[in-house]
Amino acid sequence: MKSSDQKPNQGDSRRDFLKKSSVITAIALTPGVAVKAAESNADERFAELFEKIPLKLTVNNKAYQTTVEPRVTLLDYLREELHLTGTKKGCDHGQCGACTVHVDGQRINSCLSLAVMNEGKKITTIEGLADGNTLHPMQASFVKHDGFQCGYCTPGQIMSAVACVREGHANSRDEISEYMSGNICRCGAYPNIVDAIIEVKEGGQTI
Amino acid sequence: MINFQYLRTTTAKSAIALLVKDKNAKFLAGGTNLIDLMKRGVTAPEKLIDINHVPLKQIEQIGNKIHIGALASNSAVADHPLIKEKLPLLSWALQAGASAQLRNVATVGGNMMQRTRCGYFYDIEMPCNKRQPGTGCGAIEGFNRMHAIFGTSEQCIAVHPSDMCVALVALDAEVVLANAKGERKISFKDFHRLAGDTPQLDNNLKVDEMIIRLEIPVNNLAKNYHYLKVRDRASYAFALVSVAAALEISNNKIIDVRLAMGGVAHKPWRLTASENFLKGKEAILSNFEQAAQLAMQDAKGFGGNDFKLKLAPNTIIEALNLAKSKA
Repeated sequence: MKSSDQKPNQGDSRRDFLKKSSVITAIALTPGVAVKAAESNADERFAELFEKIPLKLTVNNKAYQTTVEPRVTLLDYLREELHLTGTKKGCDHGQCGACTVHVDGQRINSCLSLAVMNEGKKITTIEGLADGNTLHPMQASFVKHDGFQCGYCTPGQIMSAVACVREGHANSRDEISEYMSGNICRCGAYPNIVDAIIEVKEGGQTI
Repeated sequence: MINFQYLRTTTAKSAIALLVKDKNAKFLAGGTNLIDLMKRGVTAPEKLIDINHVPLKQIEQIGNKIHIGALASNSAVADHPLIKEKLPLLSWALQAGASAQLRNVATVGGNMMQRTRCGYFYDIEMPCNKRQPGTGCGAIEGFNRMHAIFGTSEQCIAVHPSDMCVALVALDAEVVLANAKGERKISFKDFHRLAGDTPQLDNNLKVDEMIIRLEIPVNNLAKNYHYLKVRDRASYAFALVSVAAALEISNNKIIDVRLAMGGVAHKPWRLTASENFLKGKEAILSNFEQAAQLAMQDAKGFGGNDFKLKLAPNTIIEALNLAKSKA
């Protein structure tokens, strides 16, 4: 990466920079002329090989109508196609909960759902929780109670926490621990996460 | 993930017709196990038939049986008032399995069809007679802490991972299966099979069949019951040993009893000899202990899982005690 002069422009997100720099790395490893040919051939071949399927869904109250390969997970679709990168890829096997989103109001692991299985559904991701610049009460409570350290699991924790309260499974610390067990936090912020959920639950507001 | 052809259908009839057409096709329901297996290369179907829109989500009482559609989600069943009231053992077992996110998506039929979590089955670099018949079993002389102690074969010592199925076998559930010609009904205890010489087969579902629904008789076991799951952490882990126990007690005498175990065999393991021993006897500790000993008669450890030979009877006794003392 250092051999490239490319630097992130001001205003580029970290993700955009990573994306650009990985493309550059790939090109740097291959002779220039070959790259162009391979790229255009690849595009044609992929179109023949992988039939894309029409997909209509609503994400954070915005309607999308696109086409997608059947093997694309909802997680990859949200991150790679819609650039909603708040939803995180942790284990990619349904074991960590970092990818938790709501589908028609229910929390699910988006890594174990194909995008095409969600035809016509309403998806809410972490980006859809806040009301403009006002944090969702659960987001505010996580901030207040320090419900995270590195923050990677936090979007999944918050989506799961909102669902946990809405389901009526947040009536005690033990119950919260049980019903939040699908969200792993390697930093071990669990006590603070439970504090944050209890405050929202006891606040009694509709979330 | 290797790409595949994706088809969607809205009726059981057309789903079965599509399945019959292509032997490399699989049904896709919740996908929580299948998609994981496809990501890891354990399975690579050429065609997926998405059956999520087939109307098989009903949970209702018809006569003295509770019907549960094959596509009802695990959480819908666990939280349903009818199940909580009349089949609370099933509700408890479901809530002991997986996580809230997975239970929202995973279906009843999918839960029955889930594959073992044996590490050798999941690791495609390893030998596994279940994944690739004839390659040998890595677990028999390998890491077998999670593995079976009952009904094992020289080819496979994997366990069935479900909690739900342990409750269902205890509750005398029946399964309705359909092919293009019609339906058949089998006892839940005959749905899954032992590994024997065909460890690649987990169950007796035929290649042209679809699971339609469960039928579970209403019983008098909704008061004194317990599902006790022993695992490496307090939640969200597969069972080392689990026990579904339900008692019908009158004047401290056992009128009816159901006992089944998970995490110990290639199928949900009903403890018929223990049940027969307990029927008509007093619901006291010494009888529970004898019943547990009876259950262990044919148990066999493989080194790493020898601890289950002690854990299993202790879990049976504890589950019976907890079921009996339930207010």
